[in-house]
Amino acid sequence: MTYALLLLNLFWEFLKIGVFAVGGGMATLPFLYDLGEKTGWYTSAQVLDMLAVSESTPGPIGINMATYVGYTVGGFPGAVLATLGTILPGVILVLILAKFLARHHDNRYINAAFYGLRPASTALIAAAGVGVLGESLFNVSLWRETGNIADLFVWGPIILALVLAVLTNIKPTKNIHPVIYIAGSAVVGIVFKLGGA
Amino acid sequence: MKDYLQLFWAFIKVGALTFGGGYAMLPILQRDIVEKHGWVNDEEVMDYYAMAQCLPGIIMVNTSVFIGRHRKGTAGGIVAGLASALPSLVIITVIAMFLTAFAEYPIVQNAFAGIRACVVVLIVNAVVKLWKSAMVDWKSIVIIFLPVFALSAFTEASPILLVVAAAIAGIVITVLADSHKKGGEAA
Repeated sequence: MTYALLLLNLFWEFLKIGVFAVGGGMATLPFLYDLGEKTGWYTSAQVLDMLAVSESTPGPIGINMATYVGYTVGGFPGAVLATLGTILPGVILVLILAKFLARHHDNRYINAAFYGLRPASTALIAAAGVGVLGESLFNVSLWRETGNIADLFVWGPIILALVLAVLTNIKPTKNIHPVIYIAGSAVVGIVFKLGGA
Repeated sequence: MKDYLQLFWAFIKVGALTFGGGYAMLPILQRDIVEKHGWVNDEEVMDYYAMAQCLPGIIMVNTSVFIGRHRKGTAGGIVAGLASALPSLVIITVIAMFLTAFAEYPIVQNAFAGIRACVVVLIVNAVVKLWKSAMVDWKSIVIIFLPVFALSAFTEASPILLVVAAAIAGIVITVLADSHKKGGEAA
């Protein structure tokens, strides 16, 4: 595929994400998983790294993810096009519908659609979460190879995740900003060589 | 021209100072756009924010377009929307350049192995939070959440298809519930 075609394709894919990812930043995650699997542009482990960076920097997660994926796939032009693709449908719709929505945003049918969209969006993110869990805390391929159940668990990251799960849900540590947890986890990863590198 | 530059700069700040998007932008909007510039009032900000959530795309950008449009028409909307996205574009591109160059270093690999464990927890926490606001009754769990989850986790079903189906299902469930209610009253 030529570079121009790749960029065009990238823009088109993110335009679709801009239309269908309803419900805020995290909602783009399942779409990005799907896109990576479909195109082979990046791996699902890379999606996690991108998400970590997106959570630790200013700006909406949805835009940060789009920029990061765009850059990974097509350099700086890719970053610009993926970001534009993500925001363009919303920008155009706001400009066209601003007057209409001011009168009708409590519309019965819009509310009814969201009655279906919110649980669906949660389900999509949860499904992506299961995928993420499988890849970062478990080693399914090694387990299949050796048949030894102990090889399934990657203990270092599992213990870290359990500690974080507790800290992010009890007072007073639950109010600490995620960026601190991400930075702390990076330090733990380096000190205990969690990547095995 | 000066007005557009002012608008541009104000929303650059919104994009640069908002961590995580969504709700996080509101305090900055209230301080800068409402109190300092007086372009819109608190109530209008909340209305625009509510409407921005009903449209596809990024809530922060959509809200910015609403306010920019309110201030300077269509051109103002475009300026505000693009300005709010620009800081992310610049910051993430720089980080991505840096991390791509150093991805093979052991220290970066170990750091990200730790970070991934943390991201898993953050995603689970986000799901729990969303669950509380999205699951209003048993129908939304049984008819929408469980099928979408199963199809997304265990099949190759496209998320686009699932989102469209869920919106239609939401409308059908509501309309059926309404007509049932009316039928009950008539009888």
